Amino acid sequence: MIRLFKVKEKQRAENTHGTTGVKKQSAGELRLHKDIGELNLPKTCSIAFPNGKDDLMNFEVTIRPDEGYYVGGTFIFSFQVPPVYPHEPPKVKCKTKVYHPNIDLEGNVCLNILREDWKPVLNVNTIIYGLFHLFTQPNYEDPLNHDAAAVLRDNPKMFESNVRRAMVGGYVGQTLFPRCL
Amino acid sequence: MADSMAQVSRSRDLDKLLLRHGHLVGPNFEPGPDLRDDLREYASVLVVGAGGLGCELLKDLALSGFRNLEVIDMDRIEVSNLNRQFLFRLGDVGKPKAEVAAKRVMERVAGVNIVPHFCRIEDKELDFYNDFSIIVLGLDSIEARSYINTVACGFLGPLIPHRVRLKRHMTTWQALRPKYNSDDNPREETIKPMVDGGTEGFKGHVRVIVPGVTPCFECTIWLFPPQVKFPLCTLAETPRTAAHCIEYAHLIKWDEVHSGKTFDPDNPEHMQWVYSEAVKRAELFGIPGVTYSLTQGVVKNIIPAIASTNAIISAACALETLKIASACSKTLSNYLTYNGVEGLHTKVTEFVKDKDCLVCGPGVLMEMATLVTLREFISLLEDHPKLLLSRASVTHRGKNLYMQAPPVLEEMTRSNLDLPLFDLMDKVPKDVVHVTGTTSKSDKKASSLRKLRIVFKGVDGVTDMDTAGGA
Repeated sequence: MIRLFKVKEKQRAENTHGTTGVKKQSAGELRLHKDIGELNLPKTCSIAFPNGKDDLMNFEVTIRPDEGYYVGGTFIFSFQVPPVYPHEPPKVKCKTKVYHPNIDLEGNVCLNILREDWKPVLNVNTIIYGLFHLFTQPNYEDPLNHDAAAVLRDNPKMFESNVRRAMVGGYVGQTLFPRCL
Repeated sequence: MADSMAQVSRSRDLDKLLLRHGHLVGPNFEPGPDLRDDLREYASVLVVGAGGLGCELLKDLALSGFRNLEVIDMDRIEVSNLNRQFLFRLGDVGKPKAEVAAKRVMERVAGVNIVPHFCRIEDKELDFYNDFSIIVLGLDSIEARSYINTVACGFLGPLIPHRVRLKRHMTTWQALRPKYNSDDNPREETIKPMVDGGTEGFKGHVRVIVPGVTPCFECTIWLFPPQVKFPLCTLAETPRTAAHCIEYAHLIKWDEVHSGKTFDPDNPEHMQWVYSEAVKRAELFGIPGVTYSLTQGVVKNIIPAIASTNAIISAACALETLKIASACSKTLSNYLTYNGVEGLHTKVTEFVKDKDCLVCGPGVLMEMATLVTLREFISLLEDHPKLLLSRASVTHRGKNLYMQAPPVLEEMTRSNLDLPLFDLMDKVPKDVVHVTGTTSKSDKKASSLRKLRIVFKGVDGVTDMDTAGGA
């Protein structure tokens, strides 16, 4: 290739180059563009882009369950998509404080496909469906909130009333939950 | 006697490769002293990273006859680097790696010039990377490699020419020459070869990436297995290993106590806090094995580094760089893996390029009139024989021109549909866009993401940046 380098060197001495190009989109951004463009959300889920239509890497998903313990509530999740997506999953946190066996008080979500079961063939749609599933079928076997899981397992009626009390805005045990109906 | 010893050329070993013909030489190999001198003068190599691989690379390349080197690294020297980053001494701790490495090699190899850059790779302009003949990578993350790969393969794309001052005999058609010839092969002068090295304990790899010819980094990114991640509930409720305790402290307990403050793995106080919390947790569950160094390893994903692995991999990288620059031998084709765990094993695999690769693929060429609206463009994609893409969404350089879904984005971009595509693309004569949509082959619907090269008909290739004179 040395001949090529010599030619380029001479060309460079003679030409005044402008920028050879502006920033390219990373493959992760393009794959995300495809996922977002194909989103097929149920009517219980909606998506918003707080940074405008050109920043798809940071967005919010709102879930309003229409059945189950959490019917009537509004729950907001923030998504942060890493540049090496889909090699790594998006980082998802729950922005709404909720009494739930699989969501802790800091907003961490225990969903297998967000961590150990993530595969690049999955996408944003599958994650949103997974999150929705958490509300229609909370699971006491993978608990992040130990107390909530125990109540769900041993006393579903009390779990139901705890959930309602948390959603209207009130105390469950020592924790105060803001209203999310 | 002393005289005849002094007569032996300093580049005696290099001369064996460069001054005479052989049976394994690369195409266009022209042996001779001119080749050796041209290498010194015209070949410029960028070494990305001045750590374990970077130090070895700078030494190897300088001793291989390269005289114009530059090195970029954003880190400072730490004590733990000293077992293998041999250019650094205890007194250098705290100084920028790139600067110390450059200085030390220049002290030992006469005639070499190394320019250090103490900054992030993202902070440099694209032109900076385009000035080099070859880029050699001694990086430690997928993200960094992906970035450099996107930059280097980006030089294969269409040029956005600004006013070009041409030498008298170069006619304007040369400035308009397309970046790809009619067979969709890239023009040779836009190819930016890369040599990518990586190490992890006793294992390592070397790959030669010639954009447009060999697979690029993105073509083969599927080779990487997913990172090991523990389920959050295991960390929260049922830890069994020391790593679980550490990750609990790192991912869960940190936010509980320091809500709002981001954990910084390079801050020793933060690391110490995580370590002490992990110890408490381990005691609670009766789990042995939590140590400070394991904490660092788990949190920062560190595998202990071994000097000899770095030396082996860098040597291979430097040799490939020499081969690419001089053609003194055929290059590795194209992915070498090394494993020294038990004995010594190496294998070279010839991976093939993904022709639809979003980063290095040529994309589908489409010629457009400047008056075509976005709406018309999208419907053209449905009937284009190479695409057959329906319900397409279009993005150009990070700007979403039209999104079919979700409804909120469709509304935000609907107004672009009746604008000319040429205007939406900032009136450049040619550029890359990406489209996503649905294709249906033999009644099976599949989603598709394609790269397109748009060339506008009748637009002068040289765009005048100052308004005086007009196009």
